[in-house]
Amino acid sequence: MEAFDILLTTSFWVAAIRIASPLIFATMGELICERAGVLNLGIEGIMTAGAFAGWITVYAGGDLWLGVAVAALTGVAFGLLHGFLTVPLGLSQHVTGIGITLLATSLTYFTYRVSLPEVTSPPKIEPFQPFAIPGLSEIPLIGHALFNQTPLTYLAYVTVALVAWVLYRTPVGIAVRAVGENPAAVEAQGISVTAMRMGAVAVGSALMAVGGAFLTMSAFNSFFFEMINGRGWICIALVVFGSWRPGKALIGAILFAAFDAYQVRLQQVTGGVIPYQIFLMLPYVLSILALIVVARRATYPKALMVPYQKGER
Amino acid sequence: MGAGGGAEAETVLRLSNITKRFGPLTANDSVSFELKRGEVIALLGENGAGKTTLMNILFGHYVADEGTVEALGKALPPGDPRAALDAGIGMVHQHFTLADQMTVLENIALGTQKLFAPRFDRAKALARIEELSRDFGLEVRANAQVSDLSVGERQRVEILKALYRDARVLILDEPTAVLTPIETEALFTTLKKLVATGLSVIFISHKLNEVMAVSDRLLVLRSGKISGERRTADTNRGELAALMVGETIKEPEVVEHSPGDTVIALAGVSTAGRAGGAPLDAIDLVLREGEITGLAGVSGNGQAALAALIAGTMKPETGTITIRGETVADWSARAALAHRIGRIPEDRHATGMIGDMSVTENVISEAYRSPRFSRMGLLDWKAAEDFAQAIIRDYDVKCPSPNARVRLLSGGNMQKLILGRAFDGEPQVILANQPTRGLDVGAVAYVHTKLLEARARGAAILLISEDLDEVLALADRVIVISKGKLSPPSKRGELSVREIGERMAGHGFTEEVSDAA
Repeated sequence: MEAFDILLTTSFWVAAIRIASPLIFATMGELICERAGVLNLGIEGIMTAGAFAGWITVYAGGDLWLGVAVAALTGVAFGLLHGFLTVPLGLSQHVTGIGITLLATSLTYFTYRVSLPEVTSPPKIEPFQPFAIPGLSEIPLIGHALFNQTPLTYLAYVTVALVAWVLYRTPVGIAVRAVGENPAAVEAQGISVTAMRMGAVAVGSALMAVGGAFLTMSAFNSFFFEMINGRGWICIALVVFGSWRPGKALIGAILFAAFDAYQVRLQQVTGGVIPYQIFLMLPYVLSILALIVVARRATYPKALMVPYQKGER
Repeated sequence: MGAGGGAEAETVLRLSNITKRFGPLTANDSVSFELKRGEVIALLGENGAGKTTLMNILFGHYVADEGTVEALGKALPPGDPRAALDAGIGMVHQHFTLADQMTVLENIALGTQKLFAPRFDRAKALARIEELSRDFGLEVRANAQVSDLSVGERQRVEILKALYRDARVLILDEPTAVLTPIETEALFTTLKKLVATGLSVIFISHKLNEVMAVSDRLLVLRSGKISGERRTADTNRGELAALMVGETIKEPEVVEHSPGDTVIALAGVSTAGRAGGAPLDAIDLVLREGEITGLAGVSGNGQAALAALIAGTMKPETGTITIRGETVADWSARAALAHRIGRIPEDRHATGMIGDMSVTENVISEAYRSPRFSRMGLLDWKAAEDFAQAIIRDYDVKCPSPNARVRLLSGGNMQKLILGRAFDGEPQVILANQPTRGLDVGAVAYVHTKLLEARARGAAILLISEDLDEVLALADRVIVISKGKLSPPSKRGELSVREIGERMAGHGFTEEVSDAA
């Protein structure tokens, strides 16, 4: 029963939401890119770059929100690079994306070494602090978990609502979805396919970078190597799990984060009888199972990974 | 029809000396014409004559190498669809440009509202769509997903897209290719209403009877050049055909004869719904020696499943396949070949041939394991090349050498290679799935001749075609497929085009009769 009791603790749910926050940003970012027809495997590297860019800004004396902005701009830069290679040049989105991840990660580590050559233990910053939203945070169990978090988590909630609104309720959102379904339709209506796709990849990459920055500026207070640790790849799966819909993807992110928070606590309960690696595996095994169930029926954007060359025969 | 005869009518569109080259190919060679207000021009020509290229230049999808387009006296900037739209040019492409997983309304209103407006105004779009669809008899369900629509409905959405943007010129690229005869009539009625309001239409087609029915004036395009211009009232089909092709091509005569024994029989066969389109629903089908069975139907009604089944690339879920009285238990592509089933696939590029492999490699692709072409697991390239040479000679394939990559061949020559491969060893069953799609008139006649030759020597032929005229011309009996079910067969000439059209739309199947009773 101890294993079940974990689910009733507030600290479990607080941790789940905290773990979910960077995933929410990056998943929304990937979702926007894919909805426009561009797979962005640069996500892992862009998150790394965002984590570092935001952190170093604050470490150098900048404001926390300035750090978030710098992280977002770093994401835009890598997004534009990925977009330029895959949209006007029409290169393979897989290969380019992996290239972007390798480039962004290495460039980040290099910059870290160059800017902080002397340090042995990672230097710290003063990160975002949680603040309770009056009223809402007093709802039992859930209230504290959802509404006693850092401002970046609240920004993550807003991002989901905003992405859903833009994609389904605004003219530009319709154009973004259409360009991922049938770019020829967009072209025929007088909208530039290149501009729509480049824009979507830039905005999506900015969100990925902010997701990375959450880790260094909200969850932890320093930057260290390998800290993204596959979160980007999980977000790719979460987009599929969510059938390319913001709401469902949000649920997926929280579900995955809950598994992750759960396995840590389960390790303590079982007290070392089972090797801890089994527990580390748990969220990933469950997400693969969830994908099998959910994603087999998913209808993916028709033009995903299909480059569009104007005037081609 | 229309007001094209009036001398007062203003010129809405003028193309001057349009030339477009793709590598060594000149798709359009100095093409010029004018379109008047309220006029319907038919642009007639064979596949590959340059019709679609010309319209894509007009609409700004392609940039012409030379020449200009003027709309209402103003030159259009090249390569800018937005400018074409703003000038009132609307285009309904042959392959629809719709986003499948979005609603009709979203597709129509896409790009018509300020891109960065905070809210998409659905109500406004809906009101306008309803008004247009009422005025012109273009019935659509605005909130349905495009993927749920029939082909006819999708075309109406495309036309509404143009009208929504106040198109003054409507370009229709092969609009009837995908429609049933009844839907075609409805389209023509709509066009009449549109023209009465002063809209001008360019109607692209290679079907002579349709362009005669719908147009005021005809332009014939051949090898990228305008080979003739006629007033519809002053010409006839014979003259137009000659202008299109440049020479008279005779379609082969069909000699009546009675069929022989049953070669292959499907009994109660159903398939799983994977091949795209409807799965087969407990069908019975018999193909007999020396008989062409024509399968008519709107695409997506189970043709793909039936073709895959006979080709052996799909197994029946239930039911049996019997060949010459023996039930074949383990049905597969290899079994189909072993039972001498010759296959002409629907899409030469996707499944018929491997573009980046040579002619020789492609022609032995169904028989490379036979001792004829391999010894102890090693290919006998000499024998293979001899075989390729034989096909090139016998079927008059124009290709530089047996080593040439198939991709470089024209559609007609590629199809000849497929015929050569499929007819090798005198197959007892021939599956001809869209055998003439996208071919020019000469190549079509050639394919038809070869099919009739095979019929004469006793092959059982299943001809699947979306071109109803082709089915009616060749088939000894016609079966209509609708939602995975087959109609009872009707002998040549037993049913009118209209009656077959009704069956294609799903009427007159046995279930419906019993429902009515």
